[in-house]
Amino acid sequence: MITTGFRTLVYKETLRFYKVATQTIAAPILTAMLYLLIFGHVLSGRVEVYPGVTYTAFLIPGLVMMSVLQNSFANSSSSLIQSKITGNLVFVLLTPLSHWEIFSAYVLASMVRGITVGFGVFAITAWFAHLSFTAPLWILVFALLGAAILGTMGLIAGIWAEKFDQLAAFQNFLIVPLTFLAGVFYSIHSLPPFWLAVSHANPFFYMIDGFRYGFFGQSDVNPWISVAIVSAFLVVLALLAIKLLRSGYRLRH
Amino acid sequence: MTAIEISNVQKRYKALQALGGVSLKIEEGEFFGLLGPNGAGKTTLISIIAGLIRSDAGSVKIHGHDVVSDFRAARRKLGVVPQELVFDPFFTVRETLRLQSGYFGLGNNDKWIDEVMEELGLANKADTNMRALSGGMKRRVLVAQALVHKPPVIVLDEPTAGVDVELRQTLWQFITRLNREGHTIVLTTHYLEEAQAMCKRVAMLKLGKVVALDTMSQLIRRISGSQLVLHLPHNSLPEELQPLLNHPPEDNKYSLRINDYAEVEGILARLRQGGISIDEMQLQQADLEDIFLQIMDENIV
Repeated sequence: MITTGFRTLVYKETLRFYKVATQTIAAPILTAMLYLLIFGHVLSGRVEVYPGVTYTAFLIPGLVMMSVLQNSFANSSSSLIQSKITGNLVFVLLTPLSHWEIFSAYVLASMVRGITVGFGVFAITAWFAHLSFTAPLWILVFALLGAAILGTMGLIAGIWAEKFDQLAAFQNFLIVPLTFLAGVFYSIHSLPPFWLAVSHANPFFYMIDGFRYGFFGQSDVNPWISVAIVSAFLVVLALLAIKLLRSGYRLRH
Repeated sequence: MTAIEISNVQKRYKALQALGGVSLKIEEGEFFGLLGPNGAGKTTLISIIAGLIRSDAGSVKIHGHDVVSDFRAARRKLGVVPQELVFDPFFTVRETLRLQSGYFGLGNNDKWIDEVMEELGLANKADTNMRALSGGMKRRVLVAQALVHKPPVIVLDEPTAGVDVELRQTLWQFITRLNREGHTIVLTTHYLEEAQAMCKRVAMLKLGKVVALDTMSQLIRRISGSQLVLHLPHNSLPEELQPLLNHPPEDNKYSLRINDYAEVEGILARLRQGGISIDEMQLQQADLEDIFLQIMDENIV
């Protein structure tokens, strides 16, 4: 059931990033552009990807997904930590909103930001290569799942962190390495066996691999396996986030 | 009907016992004061009532709804004005109030929001960003936020701390009106004269325990009659006058209990006998501050 309280919290969380759109939407699009120009230029022709797919074309879905993931994480985590540190989280905590409503509102707003930035990155980078859309439904499914997962991770990190540097550590030591090592810039099949095995243990790899399948119809792993792993990962994280919200961990001590 | 029922609430922060079994019943329509020195547990108790903190033991019910197991119903009945001057810098006053209203499930509440803004003198700041408001104005917004869902029970934690005289008056007029209209008001304050003027009944907290709970008139009666306040040289009060002290002297200010003005003569005679000079002298009706000091002094835990 969609309640007014839930809708209001989604609205507030989206309005929050929309009001600082230069920083929350335009800046990450520019960053992705720079990655494309630099890596696309330097690595084009040097990195072996899929047969019949240029490196730049291969890179674009990776960058789009990376932007979706990073911005989904940034939205819920930064909103929560700011509200905790400035104290205005009480305005949410004093209301009849349930832990379900709080969870889904924060995650949904994160998804809106992640997908918006991802779409922006796509709209600009798509001009630089010829892209195909073999299975558009897979593109959508993996974008939504990835955004939901990182929105949930941002929520957990925001609940856990008590200072900005703790959140920065979560981001720099967990989110960024997992994203960069997930095959944004390369096909993991070009890796030595050890790193190939390590990549298979990284849930972020399946999000990017499945997302890319939607474009080229080629991937390192069967998309059905990827979607199963990614969905299971989302369920585990969502249960954890809801458990933390229900128990009041670090929010209602 | 009982507005707030607090039963044996306990809360401990590691070594610190913040609340040691507090029980209180506040009836619907009361104007209730929660008094105590810093660290007495007032804010902890309010946070437990509001669901911002979980108690270790005991329960709190608002209009019969448990604040943990039935939190949705309990929170709809409750409006809380927090002590800290918190705000969300992303929004204007009107946006802040609309959002708060929405969280409580009220999608179209502009009529009441306008009325609250008008009453609290916020109408001309409606479209100003929260960041641009003065401290007093931010305080008004906090009060308005607590009232958007028309809660029958309103809890104000030190609402007048650091607030100018004008706002204090506006605020009290509005709160008094709400109380007259049937809202239950619970107030914590450092200003005892404020509590004395507004509250019909008070509880005094000290080190996490209720040390006094009575109507204001009964409490005032506890210190019978009047008092003679004398400014004397340090430690010069004669032995036999010591039992008349209401509470230990502050800054050589001795407050003596008298039941009859005729007693003043005897006290003065005794001082003259001892050759003690009186720097200043006042006759006063006992007030809440004296009772407060007396109770805080009696209950050395």
